Amino acid sequence: MRTSERPAAPARSLPLTLRLNGRDATFTIEPEVTLLDLLRERGGLTGTKKGCDRGQCGACTVLVNGRRTLSCLALALAHAGDAITTIEGLADGDRLHPVQAAFVEHDALQCGFCTPGQILSAVGVIAEGRARTDDEIREAMSGNLCRCGAYPNIVAAVAAAREALR
Amino acid sequence: MSATAERPATRGFVGLPIDRVDGHAKVTGAARYAADAPIAAPLHATIVQATIACGRIIAIDERATRAVEGVVDVLTYHNATRIPALPFDFTAPSSEELAPLQSDEIKYDGQHVAAVIAETFEAARAGAALLRVEYESRAPELSPGGARTVEQPEQWFGSDAQPRRGDPERAFEAAGVRIDQTYTTPIENHNPLEPSATVAEWRDGELIVHDSTQWVRGTRAVLAKSFGLDEEKVRVIAPYLGGGFGCKGFFWPHPLIAAMAAKLTNRPVKLVLTREQMFTSCGYRSETRQRLRLGATRDGRLQAILHDVLGTSSRVGTFVETAGGVTAMLFDVPNIAVTHSIARLDVPTPTAMRAPGEAPGSFALGCALDELASACGIDPLDVLRRNHAAVDPSSGLPFSSKHLLACYERGAEAFGWSTRPQAPRAMRDGGELVGWGVATATYPALRSPAQARVVLGADGSVDVASATHDLGTGMYTILAQIAADELGVDPRAIRVRIGDSSFPIAPVAGGSMSSASVGPAVQDAARRAYREAIAIATSAGGSPLHGLGEDEIEACDGGLRSKREPSRAIAYGEIVRLGGSGAIEALGSAAPGDEGERLSFHSFGAQFVEVRYDEELARLRVSRALGVFDCGRILNAKTARSQMIGGIVWGIGMALMEETVRDPRAGAVVTNNFADYHVPVNADIAAIDVLFVEEPDLAFNPLGVRGIGEIGITGVAAAIANAVYHATGVRLRDLPIVPEKLLAAQAAV
Ligand code: FES
Ligand code: FES
Repeated sequence: MRTSERPAAPARSLPLTLRLNGRDATFTIEPEVTLLDLLRERGGLTGTKKGCDRGQCGACTVLVNGRRTLSCLALALAHAGDAITTIEGLADGDRLHPVQAAFVEHDALQCGFCTPGQILSAVGVIAEGRARTDDEIREAMSGNLCRCGAYPNIVAAVAAAREALR
Repeated sequence: MSATAERPATRGFVGLPIDRVDGHAKVTGAARYAADAPIAAPLHATIVQATIACGRIIAIDERATRAVEGVVDVLTYHNATRIPALPFDFTAPSSEELAPLQSDEIKYDGQHVAAVIAETFEAARAGAALLRVEYESRAPELSPGGARTVEQPEQWFGSDAQPRRGDPERAFEAAGVRIDQTYTTPIENHNPLEPSATVAEWRDGELIVHDSTQWVRGTRAVLAKSFGLDEEKVRVIAPYLGGGFGCKGFFWPHPLIAAMAAKLTNRPVKLVLTREQMFTSCGYRSETRQRLRLGATRDGRLQAILHDVLGTSSRVGTFVETAGGVTAMLFDVPNIAVTHSIARLDVPTPTAMRAPGEAPGSFALGCALDELASACGIDPLDVLRRNHAAVDPSSGLPFSSKHLLACYERGAEAFGWSTRPQAPRAMRDGGELVGWGVATATYPALRSPAQARVVLGADGSVDVASATHDLGTGMYTILAQIAADELGVDPRAIRVRIGDSSFPIAPVAGGSMSSASVGPAVQDAARRAYREAIAIATSAGGSPLHGLGEDEIEACDGGLRSKREPSRAIAYGEIVRLGGSGAIEALGSAAPGDEGERLSFHSFGAQFVEVRYDEELARLRVSRALGVFDCGRILNAKTARSQMIGGIVWGIGMALMEETVRDPRAGAVVTNNFADYHVPVNADIAAIDVLFVEEPDLAFNPLGVRGIGEIGITGVAAAIANAVYHATGVRLRDLPIVPEKLLAAQAAV
């Protein structure tokens, strides 16, 4: 454990602008703020979940410039100007994104806590062309833990969404 | 009759596989879990935990912590609210008798010793890392074997913890075939994906708490007692839970710390446990050591079972993992002796985890039956059938509804069991050994008194409210289906509100009892609202149904109409307006009667598993699993199936990977994260199938439903261990079955 008694340096906050679900959003934040905590605590976007805060569960998955990214391992300030898509930005108004709709239809969720991360991962995995078979889906989606054990339904939902997105 | 035929299908929703009504909120991020509570500008609290298992705090240096910009205060035993001892009883069930932050004493590694309160999460975390706590440490007792204090509880949750019948020792000695083996299961952690969180706020002397709890009313009771408040002055809110599995059932200390911090600072406070803290802050499944002695005839008929279970508890609370709980009930055996012992250790308190007792117990018993089958040279499924109990041998009462033989039958057929060769190592596919295993699943059917409110609004709305919970179990959906059937309304048009202590009474979401408890209460409330609507519609002047009798009316499409002249119809909203009181409001209730004195209520099932083992790579996986369940009526075929799949996934985790390891000298959990505590990931799970033998249990409650939350895990680990034996010829009696153990056992052969 560190034992420094120096007071933290004042005025460490820096401005940050990123493109959040299609809109510019500006914050003033300290360098240690993660993208996950920025979204949840300062951006009012609590759909992105914190399951472990150390890159082991996938609940915090968002898309950064279209890439699946663990937002708990990303420092927010490193993403100036980046396009961030969270679960709140996926539907088109009232129309669910095909992956969202498939998750509901195939009951690919129980408690729903892993679901935002699962869905963002699925969107990425399908776009990357890594969801061609059920086994491929299982492998590519294995970074997203689901403690409720919805895996078989998640595989079915991702496969159905892949077809819907064709 | 023709009117019935023409009637739109607005009844008959119960049972249908309709989509989860809360699905939309969950796939859009709109569902708010405790840590998402919309409280403006809360302070953040981060807990600091003890790093010794036994001893006391001798000094706390807060200087560096307080120097962090944004840190507001530090809560320790010096400035914490004084709270009386917390009782473990059924009205206010606290897992620990010790309230947090009351003294310098340390009873286990991970005990909360301080909370750092700050303007931001980052400042609270930094401040917590800088807090210096000095301890005086004594050598902890950490191993159940040879513990100084071992207790034998007489009862646990109202059941005999040491049941006995006949003369088991003599019958065992006299038996033609004897099995005497010891099975061990490790500590497991629930690890719901949502870490426990509390957002606490004091408003004019009232405490409002958003908490990840499976029991809003239990949490309210403990908080009220702790702060000396009337229960009406405390409100606990939990509309969504990110899983619970038991670790959010009884009360744990952290919500008290959040409430104390909010009191100290006079601001709302958000406290979220870290994943690491989840391993010591909200219970775990105790390790068990189970010696099982089976005495049987040469054709596999059980004469005696002796089942001795050793588990653990802490110095600050008691939980008994009743692994022998079903032993006296499950099979037709004349001679039984079950003992439960708990060793008191310097560890956190264990708690209920999905099928507490039944999960490890069904593993040991299910394996022992398989060993008996091998010893007798009989197919394991035949041994299960031969020992089937037609009446409950523990009480002598008939079962209300038992269809276990049908589960065996249907499962065997769907799985293809009849082609199974008897001998181990007899099935191969490519480079892999293949094995099949079977075991029995069981869980008691429990029920508690519950209430619900149904409100029909003038705008045509239908509202259902009860202080129950949806942990991912599908409660929102099934309650909507039940009310829909009573009222003739589409379930998707019904608003279900749950998870609020101000709603009508409901029990803890545990013991697989929510559906059987709250479902009939919702049914009763909806029926009352329906009758009230009929009373208004048949008496009010402007109603098209004026003058008709109750039996001449039926529900249809959001309202009522004449059975004979379907065109004479009126919507509920219109009826409410005619009634003139703004709404039709009905409180319903339901409670078990004395049926338990005449009947025994249990659910059953059969678990079939196929494993594949690649000897070259020492790779073991479950390639196929099938569960067939007898759980009464199924309220939603889709969500019920999901829940059973989840239970089987839990069984796979239990069998193959889950294990919490403590440092044997210091007591700290060393596997306190998802890299070291393995839960199944998507690629671990292959084909899982679920079948229901759907026989409504109408002696249990008017819906005929028993619970389904826990039975899914039971028997799975035994079926897997038995399949591993069948594939490899190696018996492993110590969970989890990891490749290292298989390799070591094979090397020893
Ligand atoms: S919270 Fe980011 S991976 Fe778990
Ligand atoms: S739905 Fe609960 S963790 Fe996945």
